[in-house]
Amino acid sequence: MSGIKHFFDVFINSLDVFIEGFKITINLSVASLIIAFIIGLFFAILKISNVKILQWIADAYIWVVRGTPLIVQIFVLYYGLTEIILLDKFWAGVAGLAFHSGAYIAEIIRGAIQSIDKGQTEAGRSLGMTSGLTMRRIILPQAFRRAVPSLGNQFIIGIKDSSLVSFIGMQELFGVASTQGSNNFDYLPFYLTVAVYYLIIVLVLTVLVNMLEKKMAQSD
Amino acid sequence: MSENKEMIKVEKLNKSFGKLHVLKDIDMTVKESDVVVLIGASGSGKSTLLRCLNFLEIKNDGKIVIEGEQIEQRTHDLNKVRERVGMVFQHFNLFPHKTVLGNIIEAPTQVKGIKKEQAIKEGKVLLDKVGLGDKYNVYPSTLSGGQKQRVAIARALAMKPDVMLFDEPTSALDPELVGEVLSTMKDLAEEGMTMVVVTHEMGFAREVGDWVVYMHDGKIVESGRPKELFDNPKEERTQEFLSSIL
Ligand SMILES: Nc1ncnc2c1ncn2[C@@H]1O[C@H](COP(=O)(O)OP(=O)(O)OP(=O)(O)O)[C@@H](O)[C@H]1O
Ligand SMILES: [Mg+2]
Repeated sequence: MSGIKHFFDVFINSLDVFIEGFKITINLSVASLIIAFIIGLFFAILKISNVKILQWIADAYIWVVRGTPLIVQIFVLYYGLTEIILLDKFWAGVAGLAFHSGAYIAEIIRGAIQSIDKGQTEAGRSLGMTSGLTMRRIILPQAFRRAVPSLGNQFIIGIKDSSLVSFIGMQELFGVASTQGSNNFDYLPFYLTVAVYYLIIVLVLTVLVNMLEKKMAQSD
Repeated sequence: MSENKEMIKVEKLNKSFGKLHVLKDIDMTVKESDVVVLIGASGSGKSTLLRCLNFLEIKNDGKIVIEGEQIEQRTHDLNKVRERVGMVFQHFNLFPHKTVLGNIIEAPTQVKGIKKEQAIKEGKVLLDKVGLGDKYNVYPSTLSGGQKQRVAIARALAMKPDVMLFDEPTSALDPELVGEVLSTMKDLAEEGMTMVVVTHEMGFAREVGDWVVYMHDGKIVESGRPKELFDNPKEERTQEFLSSIL
């Protein structure tokens, strides 16, 4: 019982420092996922283009991301970017996370685009719409709807993965937990505390994604 | 055939998919306000021919002349050509994420740049015409097959095409819904729309068609006025085909 009480004491007393870490985690996640989404859309379009070279470029990117651990990608981009173009730690971390999620998002979007019936493209083209207009107005809106559950899932993974940028010295949620744990020589309550924060974030995101899915299901 | 001007003229049209030679030296003329009906067995190339006419498939060889102008992929903006050649598909292909009216105004507003209010006004008139004036605000998923196909016809008409292509417009419908689509097409024909129709509805071909073309194995075997072709087919293949479907 005293263990549980101790955990609650730690949780309450550490609210201030964790809120700071929480803000950084949210900023990192939002920035990296927005960029990852743009990267993902870009490479998805390369993959479905009929141009071999563009497909190869997309394949190479996805191969590199899949074939190396995220922590390696973060360190390479951190040392690469901060030394070469003097990016700060935050943006180096964002770059590493976005580079990573972008590949998975590309595959999700590509799959969703290819799952849309070919008749949709033909209907658009038969009305005089260009291929670009058909993609933008007819195919992508349907593909995004279909991708919402997978994208939501990938966003959740992205948020949890953002904990790895603590290894380049970011004091986001996990960084705060590690620092507090070692400062107080008392690890478990702080790691439990950080677990609660992640659970809450993921719960909120899950509810939002479910609401979005319901709303979009209305027309189908 | 009427003395009207030539809307579509096809000469020595050839199309292959890889090694598969699907259209072989097709010659065909569609005059303004005529209804040309394409019939033939599955795989004979009817859809491919239709799709070559609006350049959803690109021919390998031969000439396609539309309203007196020979159309080539190299020299023409095919999107502009497709604005003039509407198409209705077997499986409707309505846009499921848009309402009925949204489907209809999409191309006029996005392609032709017509003002939204104007497009809505014209769209509602078209919906009235196909008997769906009260359905403008619903999503396609709530409609029956026959209603979907009538919306698809209205959507194509919204671009004010000069020709309409129909690829088996009633083949995906429950039998009791075929009539409403055919009668919409008949109305359209009576207004003078030029139409090329692939169909297995021989009653429609006989009643509404001005010219019937029978295809077999990528070639036009025989063509003629419906009465002649149905009652007195000259070619043995045509006779066989007709007796197999009647
Ligand atoms: N995109 C394609 N790629 C390869 N082969 C194709 C393609 N489209 C059609 N074909 C082939 O071309 C031939 C003619 O097909 P088409 O669809 O034009 O026939 P159809 O007369 O419309 O038949 P159905 O009555 O079944 O619709 C068939 O053998 C078909 O398999
Ligand atoms: Mg066909």
